[in-house]
Amino acid sequence: MTDSPTAEPLKTTPLHALHIEFGAKMVPFAGYDMPVQYPAGVLTEHLHTREAAGLFDVSHMGQAFLQGPDHATVSAALEALVPGDIRDLTLGAIRYTLLLNEQGGILDDLMVTRTAKDGVLFLVVNAACKDADFAHIEKHLPAGVTLQRLPERALIALQGPKAAEVFARLAPQAADQAFMTGVNMDVAGIPCMVSRSGYTGEDGYEISMPEAEAVSLTRKLLAEPEVKPIGLGARDSLRLEAGLCLYGHDIDETTTPVEGALTWTIGKRRREEANFPGAKIILEQIAGGAARKRVGLLPEGKAPAREGTEITDGTGRVIGNVTSGGYGPSVGGPIAMGYVEAAFAKNDTAVELMVRGKGRPAKVAAMPFVQKRFHKPAK
Amino acid sequence: MSDIRFTDQHEWVRVDADIATIGITDYAQEQLGDVVFVELPEVGKELAAGDEAAVVESVKAASEVYSPVSGEVVDVNGEIEATPAGVNEDAMGDGWFVKLRLTDPSELDKLMDEAAYAEFVASLE
Repeated sequence: MTDSPTAEPLKTTPLHALHIEFGAKMVPFAGYDMPVQYPAGVLTEHLHTREAAGLFDVSHMGQAFLQGPDHATVSAALEALVPGDIRDLTLGAIRYTLLLNEQGGILDDLMVTRTAKDGVLFLVVNAACKDADFAHIEKHLPAGVTLQRLPERALIALQGPKAAEVFARLAPQAADQAFMTGVNMDVAGIPCMVSRSGYTGEDGYEISMPEAEAVSLTRKLLAEPEVKPIGLGARDSLRLEAGLCLYGHDIDETTTPVEGALTWTIGKRRREEANFPGAKIILEQIAGGAARKRVGLLPEGKAPAREGTEITDGTGRVIGNVTSGGYGPSVGGPIAMGYVEAAFAKNDTAVELMVRGKGRPAKVAAMPFVQKRFHKPAK
Repeated sequence: MSDIRFTDQHEWVRVDADIATIGITDYAQEQLGDVVFVELPEVGKELAAGDEAAVVESVKAASEVYSPVSGEVVDVNGEIEATPAGVNEDAMGDGWFVKLRLTDPSELDKLMDEAAYAEFVASLE
């Protein structure tokens, strides 16, 4: 995670006082004063989310509407900046995609929802990138398409195997909502944009709401016996076990989607049209392979390998480095992800991780490290 | 009668005759959070005061445990290697890290006593 490098006063989310009330340890993150953990601690919070339901404040993330006369116009405007298929999103569908620079480097990763209102896309971007992202998007918009930032909206996530059961008590309509869809609905009488999505590898929801309602709705959810508040520490270990990228660490402006093992986010039609930023470089890498690739890593011993750890081929030659690493509470041991030279990217390839000057055996491993349990509607 | 001393890096050292037992303080374990990994030195290793004696890792981060005094490692706590959570449960007792045979007992005089350490911790909060 990135601490804010600035000396500016930290911003707070609408749930700041609630975090303090619940005994959170607060830390600076992306310019915000955020809860890294509650008294239960990272390990307990992590395991609780995998067993029941965890509630996360992610109001620091950037929310916006991209709007124009109709879906064709707005989706074309966004497709000029991302490689995902936005045009063919069905109503309510969510797409994970990437803002790219002209070299095919990743400026940010984001979620895009085609809302029920024609010509309106709902965007959620990373907190640390939001100002730059929104400026970048605005700079490239055609006439008639505008970006409306939503700083007055809060965002919370409810994640875990009990999330659906709990959430249905406040919003019965959400029970059979499909994964990766967003729907406007009342939650305990509060109008919300509810997305069935998350960053933990578990089933769950991300709920965007007016900031004035955030405390009361969050309190209602936390009053449910299955729900505990979860800090950024467990959010990080949960997403790492799920094999999900943390922007600024696992992907950044110097990594392409192909190197980042995110080729799956590039739609077939988009590859054929080849009209996204960096398309030439990215399509060459899809055809001929990239020099390096993001992979999962399983250390054989117990020692965690942290971000920045060098990966060697076992003879001492450096073939890459760890971009996220630590202890996976549900795995019960160390896990990591990082970039290796393409020749070492196959699963089960033996490598060494240089932890405190000592080469320690590890294997390239498939991600996620835990089984994903996303909701599949009964048909 | 054993004597306990503290460093400003939140290690403790308890001396019994010429054997110094070293661990991290309760304040330190609380700041770290759940300990998930401990790496201990080889028995027989010579440590100078200020040398890295061990590594302790929480879910989030790795921290070094520095030896407050100089000496030869005569024992390490295999229990916390097998069950790192033991550091959280009893940092000042069963959660000890290493035992050294002291080479220079006068180094202890540079460390804080219990009252001074309590005051130091209070100043951090």
